[in-house]
Amino acid sequence: MNRILLIAEHNGQNLDPATAKSLTCALQIPHQTLDIAVFGSSRAPAESAAKLVGVNRVLFVELPENQAGLAVCLCPLVVELSADYTHVLVPATSFGRDLLPRVAAKLNAAQVSDIVAVDGDRCFKRYVYAGNALITVQAPAGTVVASVRANAFKPTSAGGQAVVETVDLNLELPRHTRLLGLNRSVSERPDLQSASRVLAGGRGVGGKSGFDDLYRLADKLGAAVGASRAAVDAGFVPNDLQIGQTSKIIAPDLYIAFGISGAFQHLAGIKDAGVIVAVNTDPNAPIFEVADIGLVADLFEVIPQLEQALANK
Amino acid sequence: MKILVAVKRVVDYNVQLHVKSDGSGVETDGVKMSINPFDEIAVEEAIRIKEAGHADEVLVVSIGSDACQEQLRAALAMGADRALLVKCDRDVQPLLAAKALQALVGQERPQLVLMGKQAIDDDACQTPQMLAGLLDWPQATFASRIVIAGAGKVEVTREVDAGLETLSLDLPTVISTDLRLNEPRYIKIPQIMKAKSKPLQMLDLADLPITETPLLNIVTTSAPEPRPAGVRVGSVAELVDALKEKGVL
Amino acid sequence: MERESVAFDVAIVGAGPAGLAAAIKIKQLAGERGLDVSVCVLEKGSEVGAHILSGALLEIKALEALFPAWRDLQAPVGVTVAEEELCYLAGSQHAVKFPDFAVPKPLRNHGHYVVSLANLCRWLGKQAEGLGVDIFAGFAADSLLYREDGGIAGVVTGDMGLDKQGRQKPGFQAGIEVRAKYTLFAEGCHGHLGKQLTERYCLREGADPQHYGIGIKEVWKIDAAKHRPGNVLHTFGWPLDGSSEGGGFLYHLDGQQVALGFIVGLNYANPHLNPYQEMQRWKLHAKIKPLLEGGTRLAYGARALNKGGWQSLPRMSFPGGLLLGCDAGLLNPAKLRGIHNALRSGMLAAETVLESFAAGDGAELDNFEQKFRASPIYSELYQARNVAPALSKWGPLLGGAFFWLDQNLLAGRLPFTLRKPRADHAVLKAAAACPPIDYPCPDGKISFDLMASVALSNTHHEADQPCHLQLRDADVPLAVNWPQYAEPAQRYCPAKVYEVVADANGNRGLVINAQNCVHCKTCDIKDPAQNIDWRPPEGGGGPNYTNM
Ligand SMILES: Cc1cc2nc3c(=O)[nH]c(=O)nc-3n(C[C@H](O)[C@H](O)[C@H](O)COP(=O)(O)OP(=O)(O)OC[C@H]3O[C@@H](n4cnc5c(N)ncnc54)[C@H](O)[C@@H]3O)c2cc1C
Ligand SMILES: Cc1cc2nc3c(=O)[nH]c(=O)nc-3n(C[C@H](O)[C@H](O)[C@H](O)COP(=O)(O)OP(=O)(O)OC[C@H]3O[C@@H](n4cnc5c(N)ncnc54)[C@H](O)[C@@H]3O)c2cc1C
Ligand code: SF4
Repeated sequence: MNRILLIAEHNGQNLDPATAKSLTCALQIPHQTLDIAVFGSSRAPAESAAKLVGVNRVLFVELPENQAGLAVCLCPLVVELSADYTHVLVPATSFGRDLLPRVAAKLNAAQVSDIVAVDGDRCFKRYVYAGNALITVQAPAGTVVASVRANAFKPTSAGGQAVVETVDLNLELPRHTRLLGLNRSVSERPDLQSASRVLAGGRGVGGKSGFDDLYRLADKLGAAVGASRAAVDAGFVPNDLQIGQTSKIIAPDLYIAFGISGAFQHLAGIKDAGVIVAVNTDPNAPIFEVADIGLVADLFEVIPQLEQALANK
Repeated sequence: MKILVAVKRVVDYNVQLHVKSDGSGVETDGVKMSINPFDEIAVEEAIRIKEAGHADEVLVVSIGSDACQEQLRAALAMGADRALLVKCDRDVQPLLAAKALQALVGQERPQLVLMGKQAIDDDACQTPQMLAGLLDWPQATFASRIVIAGAGKVEVTREVDAGLETLSLDLPTVISTDLRLNEPRYIKIPQIMKAKSKPLQMLDLADLPITETPLLNIVTTSAPEPRPAGVRVGSVAELVDALKEKGVL
Repeated sequence: MERESVAFDVAIVGAGPAGLAAAIKIKQLAGERGLDVSVCVLEKGSEVGAHILSGALLEIKALEALFPAWRDLQAPVGVTVAEEELCYLAGSQHAVKFPDFAVPKPLRNHGHYVVSLANLCRWLGKQAEGLGVDIFAGFAADSLLYREDGGIAGVVTGDMGLDKQGRQKPGFQAGIEVRAKYTLFAEGCHGHLGKQLTERYCLREGADPQHYGIGIKEVWKIDAAKHRPGNVLHTFGWPLDGSSEGGGFLYHLDGQQVALGFIVGLNYANPHLNPYQEMQRWKLHAKIKPLLEGGTRLAYGARALNKGGWQSLPRMSFPGGLLLGCDAGLLNPAKLRGIHNALRSGMLAAETVLESFAAGDGAELDNFEQKFRASPIYSELYQARNVAPALSKWGPLLGGAFFWLDQNLLAGRLPFTLRKPRADHAVLKAAAACPPIDYPCPDGKISFDLMASVALSNTHHEADQPCHLQLRDADVPLAVNWPQYAEPAQRYCPAKVYEVVADANGNRGLVINAQNCVHCKTCDIKDPAQNIDWRPPEGGGGPNYTNM
């Protein structure tokens, strides 16, 4: 029977939401045990991991802060732990994507990246060609090494009570890599790429002042603002806001399009969004074909009403 | 210092792909092929490092069919000095590519290996890390800035989810490149003509010392499911209710 | 500006059948004579074939003349025409098939091959490279380079790395001079350098204006059960009304694919006409739709073609160079076939070039005109000269009857020549005087929204570059074209490049979405004010056709 090890992602203090989402994926693989490994200087993330439903044990490996994020340091530790497991999983975040292939190479395993669905013990679904094709892959004999596209799964809830075990692996870690610094991006508004809510404006927004309205609403919602190419081309907003095939591909939980017709090229950038909402005056706009919720209305009336509704909440 | 850059031949990023109806893959007949865009950035960076006087040779390597010569010639026209094609007519999965590169590193002894962070066909994002692991070298993935610091060290700024992380690594090392590292140069006609006489050596994958390599089995390929039809609401109040119901407000 | 330069004996602009045949034949002849002639081909597409769009039925003789062993060399020419049908579409349901005897000879296709011209060009490109031709794809010939005596000295490739305002971005690379003893222009229909050469050397003196059509094409993969390789269908009539010329084609290729397209004569008068929508509507005909049902659309594209024929032939030689293939309008409008003539003109050019090399330095290429008049291209175009004007004059039915008589019984020997003296851009009527056309909404299965189609052309242009569609007078679209013709560019452009949009205050402006362009050249042809100049965008930009 399968024994699964999930490597947690955290920022030193808090568990990253990607961990609970990846756990949901891991739980779908038939298993006998499912353990989470936490590497770091503080036990706090390990304690939170222990509360996630379905976890058997949490293995806490203490590491100095400046090593806890380094793939080269974590790799030998994960390899050591993996001896007891049939599956090693990580969230496919920049942390997981950096670490896991190194582990896979050490285990002589063919890794499955970015899985979005589980199809059995060692069979998974994942996208290739920038989401244009979905493949079903089967991992070969040996340890299954896979990264999980966290946004494809809902987070597992808290309420469990696993034990946290401190594991001392006592391995010599490489010294050829040193962390010089981490510059956390600070912006008052959430980053378009990773925001959980995005409001996007198109040519229908009409101009810079229309986008000002959109920003006000976005701030109320804690949302990022994006745009269609036509809006960028018209000079309403800078080009780093452009969403679509040839620009940013995003997957927020909530995406609201104001005055965007929904050209194919734009939609390519939002197909993995959780809930798509469209506000457009043209009932035949193609955006309504993909929208989960559509509202045929003038955005200039909708935006103030939404602001009001949120204020009354 | 010698720099080895690995480039992969992939379907051009502008091409709209179609999944074959029998589920055996995507239609690639007659489709435009190019250097993987991330690899092109790696080639550019290697050439810039050489132009800055930190390297004396840029070697580009590709693993794949005969047709990969096209991409190698393009890299030579950009300014690489020498090319090597490891011929292999089957699907080159990341672990296999990493092992082939490991063997070449053994032969060529570069101090720096530059690779794209991910190939835009399989989107695996594995080969550079695997190569670093196999070689027991340091690794820096998703690089947006590379500074050769002297004394056998290199400083790399990485684009990570939290922001920008800076590492100092001892050479030799493997670095994988992200989009914002540089903008590849335009190729000029005189350089294309010059590239024709630069050395391009061919090897057979079977002739490299490679251990038994497990492979993923791709069972089927399908077109992604279209999103299910949604609902229309009549007012902002209804919209807010619907959003609450979906749990996103 | 100081520019780098490279020199060749012969420079060829355009890697279509005409340019590649010229390159290949020059190398073949030079080889036979033990001469070393350096030849380069510039191609604006990102690779050979990327900008090639045709039907296409191929008359094999011309290819055979270039490569007698084309079969052994595995030319991608596999499917012969097996069954053919010519139908008159009467409304959206009925199709009247012409009995074989009633089909005009030029529309009989037995013995021809169904090909993808883009794939054929890729193969020709490989053959050319094998013979030592340097092909530079991703480089547009942007402007002409003159000798001191006013002759052509070569071309200049486009600058790379200019921003929207024309300022140099980091990484800017100036275009380079490609100098050659002889420069051959093979840009296909309505080449932008061909246009400049025609003006500069007055090549059209005494000729009728060139006439054009726009062809909109798709490739589908259909049910194996419905697929009949080599099956060929041509239609005329519906959905066009009697006053506009055009028709559809549908060819079964191999691999369960069909190529289908619709051609609209650009001499249409109603500015409301939308060729793209005509094509979408045509697919809904009872003769076409069942075939496509359950299939997948793989590709979309559009390209203008010449229809002027013999009456519109320009002089093709000028000091230092030649105009070849469809750049000179060699398509036979009676058959709507031009590949064979493009190939033949390339070969003739090669012979001329080698003779001129033999004649010594400075020999010009005037001999070409004589060779051309003695060639099968000329006699074919002469024989077919009255067909297209008759169809224009008398419509598809009466004109069609003339077509049959003229071609089947008289072999084009009538003692008169019909003419079409008015250029296509000059025949538009006022929008107010014409009935608007009500096109059906796309169903998303057989007919599609325009932008979803453009996506299937894989077109791509760097966003931050000067607009490659230049207006001579920026006010014309709104001051003249809008009130008079409701700006027809919004409809004839098959890639939604031109849009008239109103802002919040109701002020109208013209938006040019240059990034969508599929390089069909229609705007440069049809704009009633002749106010649009199509220029090559940054090298490699444009569609990326696979097997068009
Ligand atoms: C190769 C290529 C790549 C492309 N890449 C991208 C890309 O990455 N991203 C991208 O976005 N586009 C891209 N495009 C462009 C794309 O095809 C569309 O042209 C663009 O997305 C249209 O933007 P829009 O929806 O804002 O504008 P429009 O299509 O003009 O739509 C405006 C919409 O606003 C509505 N509207 C107007 N007023 C109001 C109002 N008061 N209230 C409510 N609704 C209103 C209208 O009904 C209309 O539907 C690309 C195109 C090509 C050819
Ligand atoms: C819809 C349609 C259907 C057709 N069906 C048939 C058919 O069934 N049978 C048939 O025989 N013919 C058919 N034709 C006509 C046939 O396609 C043309 O006659 C033929 O392609 C002409 O060949 P060419 O070499 O002159 O030009 P093209 O094939 O147009 O090639 C020109 C090349 O030059 C390149 N180029 C242009 N300008 C520049 C520049 N400035 N710098 C660099 N490169 C440049 C272009 O990108 C292109 O690759 C059809 C045409 C169309 C549009
Ligand atoms: S802009 Fe002109 S050349 Fe480009 S697709 Fe439209 S009509 Fe054709």
